Amino acid sequence: MKRTFRILAAVLVVGAVAFWAAAGANHGWTKTRVPRKVVDEVTGLEGVQWQDKFVPGVDFLGAALLGAGVLAGISFFVPAKSR
Amino acid sequence: MKTKLIILALVTATGVALAAPQTFDFKDPKGINNAGFKLDAPLESINGSASGVYGTVTFDPANPGATRGKITVATSSLIVPNPLQRQHMLGKEWLDATKYPTIIFESKEFKNIQTTGDTTTADVTGTFTLKGVSKELTVPVKLTYLKDKLGERVPNQKGDLLVIRSNFTIKRSDFNINPGQFEDKVSDAIEITLSIAGASPK
Repeated sequence: MKRTFRILAAVLVVGAVAFWAAAGANHGWTKTRVPRKVVDEVTGLEGVQWQDKFVPGVDFLGAALLGAGVLAGISFFVPAKSR
Repeated sequence: MKTKLIILALVTATGVALAAPQTFDFKDPKGINNAGFKLDAPLESINGSASGVYGTVTFDPANPGATRGKITVATSSLIVPNPLQRQHMLGKEWLDATKYPTIIFESKEFKNIQTTGDTTTADVTGTFTLKGVSKELTVPVKLTYLKDKLGERVPNQKGDLLVIRSNFTIKRSDFNINPGQFEDKVSDAIEITLSIAGASPK
């Protein structure tokens, strides 16, 4: 049981970091929309169209690390083997 | 003699009609019109935009200095990439979008007008209203008059386009948006970029 919690914590950290890196290693806040610039050929104006897209940020990493810490912490209070 | 007078009157009337100011509607069917905004913050600057831009501007190509108009932005159309930041921004503590649903700029006077071809630059003084607080501001604008270009933008319509661009900075504290508070998290200065086009169908 103790080991399970620690493995879960490790998987959470590795998974979150891998997901964050694969999504562009955004050093800002998590985004659920991203702007896409659109140019109007007639007027030359540059507009913005928002697209729904999840981009994890440092708050996402923080939450994952916190979750992993909680799991690792719990592991110290559970018996090594369940009876 | 009588015929000459009638012709003269008709020519004069036609000239007056041609030089008459045109009204441009800034409701944009293509969804390009936008007001962008930027605030500095410690981790990353907050960049957003508003698409709910509408209003009318009266523009006379022969007399750009007489331009007058009112542009409104729907507060609820303000978007930032982070959903929690957007919730806070539109909430009671910041813009209170429910109580103050619009942000308005109404022009009063054009100064330092310079026209080159179809483009006019000027400093516009007007009333800027945000969160129920109205302040007089002078902002630089660039107007581009695109004669007979409406059809290229909106099929089956004839008319002219007027493009307005402006960049200016306001202070949120001037508009009672948490004055003197949270300046370590969000800057007092808000950079605003207006990029809009209006249509005057014929």
